[in-house]
Amino acid sequence: MNNPYIPTIFSIRKVIREIYNTVTIEIEGEERFLPGQFNMLYVFGVGEVPISISGDPTKPTIIHTIRDVGHVTHAITNLRKGDSIGVRGPFGNPWPINDYEGYDIVVIAGGLGLAPLRPLIYYLLANREKYGRIILRYGVKDPASFLYKRELMRWRGRFDLDLEVIVSKADERWKGKVGIVTSLFSTMDIDPSYTAAFICGPEIMMHFSARELLNLKIDASNIFISMERNMKCALGLCGHCQFGKEFICKDGPVFNYKRVERLLTIKEV
Amino acid sequence: MFRYVVELDDFKSFFDVLKEKGYEVIGPTVRDNAIIYERLGSFNELPIGITDEQERSAYRLKKRNDKALFGYALSPYSWKRYLFPPSIKLFEITKKDGIKIIENDYDGKKLAFIGVRACEIHAIYIQDKVFLDGKFIDPVYKKRRDNIFIFAVNCITASNTCFCVSMNTGPKVTFGYDLALTEVIEPNHYFIIDVGSKLGEEILKNVRHREANNDEIKKAEEVVNNTAKSMKRSIDTSDIKELLYSNYESEYWNDVAKRCLSCTNCTMVCPTCFCNNVEDVTDLKGESSERWRVWDSCFTNEFTYIHGNTIRSSTAAKYRHWITHKLATWIDQFGSSGCVGCGRCITWCPVGIDITEEIRALRSKR
Ligand SMILES: Cc1cc2nc3c(=O)[nH]c(=O)nc-3n(C[C@H](O)[C@H](O)[C@H](O)COP(=O)(O)OP(=O)(O)OC[C@H]3O[C@@H](n4cnc5c(N)ncnc54)[C@H](O)[C@@H]3O)c2cc1C
Ligand code: SF4
Ligand code: SF4
Repeated sequence: MNNPYIPTIFSIRKVIREIYNTVTIEIEGEERFLPGQFNMLYVFGVGEVPISISGDPTKPTIIHTIRDVGHVTHAITNLRKGDSIGVRGPFGNPWPINDYEGYDIVVIAGGLGLAPLRPLIYYLLANREKYGRIILRYGVKDPASFLYKRELMRWRGRFDLDLEVIVSKADERWKGKVGIVTSLFSTMDIDPSYTAAFICGPEIMMHFSARELLNLKIDASNIFISMERNMKCALGLCGHCQFGKEFICKDGPVFNYKRVERLLTIKEV
Repeated sequence: MFRYVVELDDFKSFFDVLKEKGYEVIGPTVRDNAIIYERLGSFNELPIGITDEQERSAYRLKKRNDKALFGYALSPYSWKRYLFPPSIKLFEITKKDGIKIIENDYDGKKLAFIGVRACEIHAIYIQDKVFLDGKFIDPVYKKRRDNIFIFAVNCITASNTCFCVSMNTGPKVTFGYDLALTEVIEPNHYFIIDVGSKLGEEILKNVRHREANNDEIKKAEEVVNNTAKSMKRSIDTSDIKELLYSNYESEYWNDVAKRCLSCTNCTMVCPTCFCNNVEDVTDLKGESSERWRVWDSCFTNEFTYIHGNTIRSSTAAKYRHWITHKLATWIDQFGSSGCVGCGRCITWCPVGIDITEEIRALRSKR
């Protein structure tokens, strides 16, 4: 029997430093995945953590973007080209993008939340003719915190993608907008009854964004968020990632907003 | 159904027969003033003539005035430790000559569980759902589960913390066994045996037995019925899911939190609790490392820690999560209650928190 606890060991092909505490790694080996899914990444002797897949779903690559926040992520962000890493996956439910062909698509990202949304954007751009307007709103802490900067520039140059960014705290050189991501919603040119929204970022940001989208008359059943909880196995067997009746690993991480709306308003679930 | 009688003297030979068939026998025995489920060498290690008295935060053994083998209610141990071990190595990885993963074979010995209560069979079937019925199958559990023999026991005594009747899980064994026994002590000491599987039939073949007569069958039924009648605790499970789902924001959880110590005892003794953690242990040279899986509890802060923040840091949220999982979310997740009414969490809670009373109190606050 296939043992789902055993990682496959690959070596790292490429490391890109995105910002001061975040890297994107490209892992040798191939994997078919859907936008929004994640892998468990294992570092020899250190531990294993859930990390979203941030690469292009139309290519069989394994790409992840990791922020150094603790024990295991610190070890991952210090890996070099040629080092080994264990991979289990892909896990979880993807962004249900196929259900929304013909719709306007709104993508809202906060900070590192752009990582699990990037595969979705790649997919949308690769299938551009199937969708209506595509709108991306991205908020980060400060001008030094933008992920995928060159790509953002490229996307900004496209006429078929409406991208706006915002920082919560500017520095002297910043000439763009300052504030929270929801303040970029008023410029979205969408048909709310034919719009689907995909949100990822800190829980509070997702909550406020979803609320704001509801105000714009987008139906709750067409809004999706991606959730995060402590997670040990990604198999639905360790119990850690429970959120009410949901297991984030197998019922999520992508959830329909309607399904989790109530629990999101309750503290410490 | 045919039912058989095995006399006390002949009962002893089950041990030999099971061993001949390659089984290690695990059953109740007295250790450190408690009845635990351990490897048994022989019949004599059973808790002969011993019973347990259980109450909120209280457990003690007492002599019975007969020689009953199964005259106690429930061990603080549950069978889960043999199917879902408290700690097990998931794999080993070395980088001596290139990276290599060495899988553990998870030790799927043939085990015969003797003395499994009705509620405990339910608990095993509930864990089956968790570990074997989902998208991913737990290889540790599977390996072990495939190789067990279940010798069940109909309860002749209930403890004061039992409430299986209200949870519909006992005290009568109704499914999931290879053999099941009812112990009759007076006037003669014998066992009524039910056969639940081909394997059970095969084992019984090798032990002297005869068909039971109507009186004996009646007597056996009576014994379990009396146990059911003597049960003192209960949970009213009507609309229990709605009760808990509508009480997430109740003030009541703060009341429990004043008493609960977050000690994790209730989760450790519960036969259905399955949460676990993993630990990596590396040798001094840093050349090889082992990944272990260990029991975990939702009552710890680490359980829900995510960068810089524990999601459920208050005791109120922890207890709410635990009881809501046991009695409500479990139903949505796995199709049944996560509580079998064994009462272990009541007996082993150091401050006497009682799941049946907490539900009653929550209902009265509504
Ligand atoms: C579905 C999913 C997708 C994710 N995608 C990404 C991603 O693309 N990039 C990225 O950098 N991070 C991502 N995370 C968060 C990442 O898993 C955590 O930052 C990581 O587990 C932290 O582990 P650590 O050992 O470095 O931190 P420590 O603080 O040392 O970890 C201690 C404990 O907390 C747990 N933990 C800490 N933070 C988190 C967290 N945010 N989520 C879950 N468990 C946590 C660890 O598992 C461990 O049990 C994702 C999390 C989930 C659940
Ligand atoms: S919750 Fe308590 S009574 Fe219910 S099965 Fe677990 S230990 Fe037994
Ligand atoms: S309910 Fe009792 S046993 Fe459970 S954690 Fe609280 S104090 Fe410990």
